[in-house]
Amino acid sequence: MEPSALLLSGTMAVAAGMVGCFALMRRMTLAADAISHVALPGIGLALVLQVNPIIGGVAALLVGAVIIWGLERRTGIPTETVVGVVFSAALAVGSLLATGDELLEALLGKSTALTPLELVFGLVTPVAVVVFLGMARDRLLISLVSPDLARTVGIDVSRLNLAFLLAFAVTVALGIRYLGVLLMGSLIIIPAATAKHLARNVRSMFGVAVGVAVVSTLAGTVIAALAHRPTGPVIIAVAAACFFASLAWHRPA
Amino acid sequence: MSIRLEVTSLGVSFGTTPVLRELSFAVRDGAAVAVIGPNGSGKTVLFKALIGALAYTGTIAWAPGTRIGYVPQRLDLERDLPLSGRDFLRAKAALVHAAEADVERASQLVMLGRDVAARPIGSLSGGQFQRLLLAFALLGRPNVLLFDEPTTGIDEPGEELLYATVERLQKEEHLTLIFISHELSLVYRMATEVLCLGRRGVSCFGPPRHILTPETLELTYGAPVDHYLHEGHGA
Repeated sequence: MEPSALLLSGTMAVAAGMVGCFALMRRMTLAADAISHVALPGIGLALVLQVNPIIGGVAALLVGAVIIWGLERRTGIPTETVVGVVFSAALAVGSLLATGDELLEALLGKSTALTPLELVFGLVTPVAVVVFLGMARDRLLISLVSPDLARTVGIDVSRLNLAFLLAFAVTVALGIRYLGVLLMGSLIIIPAATAKHLARNVRSMFGVAVGVAVVSTLAGTVIAALAHRPTGPVIIAVAAACFFASLAWHRPA
Repeated sequence: MSIRLEVTSLGVSFGTTPVLRELSFAVRDGAAVAVIGPNGSGKTVLFKALIGALAYTGTIAWAPGTRIGYVPQRLDLERDLPLSGRDFLRAKAALVHAAEADVERASQLVMLGRDVAARPIGSLSGGQFQRLLLAFALLGRPNVLLFDEPTTGIDEPGEELLYATVERLQKEEHLTLIFISHELSLVYRMATEVLCLGRRGVSCFGPPRHILTPETLELTYGAPVDHYLHEGHGA
């Protein structure tokens, strides 16, 4: 296992854990999983055009986030519903464009050497996401409790929603390389769900979510290498084990 | 006395259904305006328009330097949201550049204990949560308080306490208060002006003794309500 790959997957996990906390508190559990599939048509198109699939995936995710935001804003339909429709459409288009092994790689990730582009994207993006979430934390918390209260504090709720969806989309894109789009949604949601069950305040939720995401990713990577298994599914299996273990724990009321 | 808020020809519609029509009134600085009317007459909608959360026609002009504290009627929260009352108050304090001491002060003003503020907000009782919302509204030293009466989750002593707190705060903090209430006895006691909203866009505005008459109330609620009025006079 290369050290650079471990560093990249570790930073990806930090971003995933934090984004997941907000996604879960915003009741985007289903949306989180679904949005990740929006990357598929972009990956398919990139494969057809013979460019790096990550570029295609990122582009599709960003476009998907803007479409979801625009539809939600225009029609007032809840995010879950809009995401559900956009996701199904993207999956259909994506599976038409990408076929066979390529599709499987896109869905479940692959473990070949990193290109310089992937290295830069993999390092800069999680840092940007974490910085954004740190800066927008208070605004995100108030607006998830009540958009109306957020407005009285001078928060531009609509712009904040878009910024969060974009941060969410690029975090999903981070996982294309390791976990595949199918499993990245899980790395965002499962650690956050574990944390939500255990935590009683925001700080401890972030701590537990980031901890579970990082530990699952690193442990999963090592176990997968030792057992000669694909990395992505092992990482998610470890994260899921953490979640089920947390259920045995009863948080103080 | 200066004008804090001037509303002219305000109209709000949901699709093709008008909720508020041609509504005009002005609020003096330091006034206590009660908004009354039956369910569905647009009281909460008016508040949402006043804070800019809804599209409307006409004009809503707040005096320069107005800072609004808003206490919504109820919020739909998950019980296990891992966000404590303190997290919630601190988030606003950071945004309005209020000091940590202001969080303490706001909590004390509404009698919100430290132990209660440390609990997840979804686990608070109706009365506790309403006091948390009031503390949230008071952070950043607002000069206007919009208070939407909680209709669920608060027992009568709890409600009485909440109003006593609001009444005290209005005097101590020199707030302009606009509150929605179904309790006409309360309205009679607290309001300097009453804004009544009836169904189908009927409205009236004036001092309580002019508005809280059997005729006007019947027009507003669409049914005789002298029962409430007796309570009002008795209070």
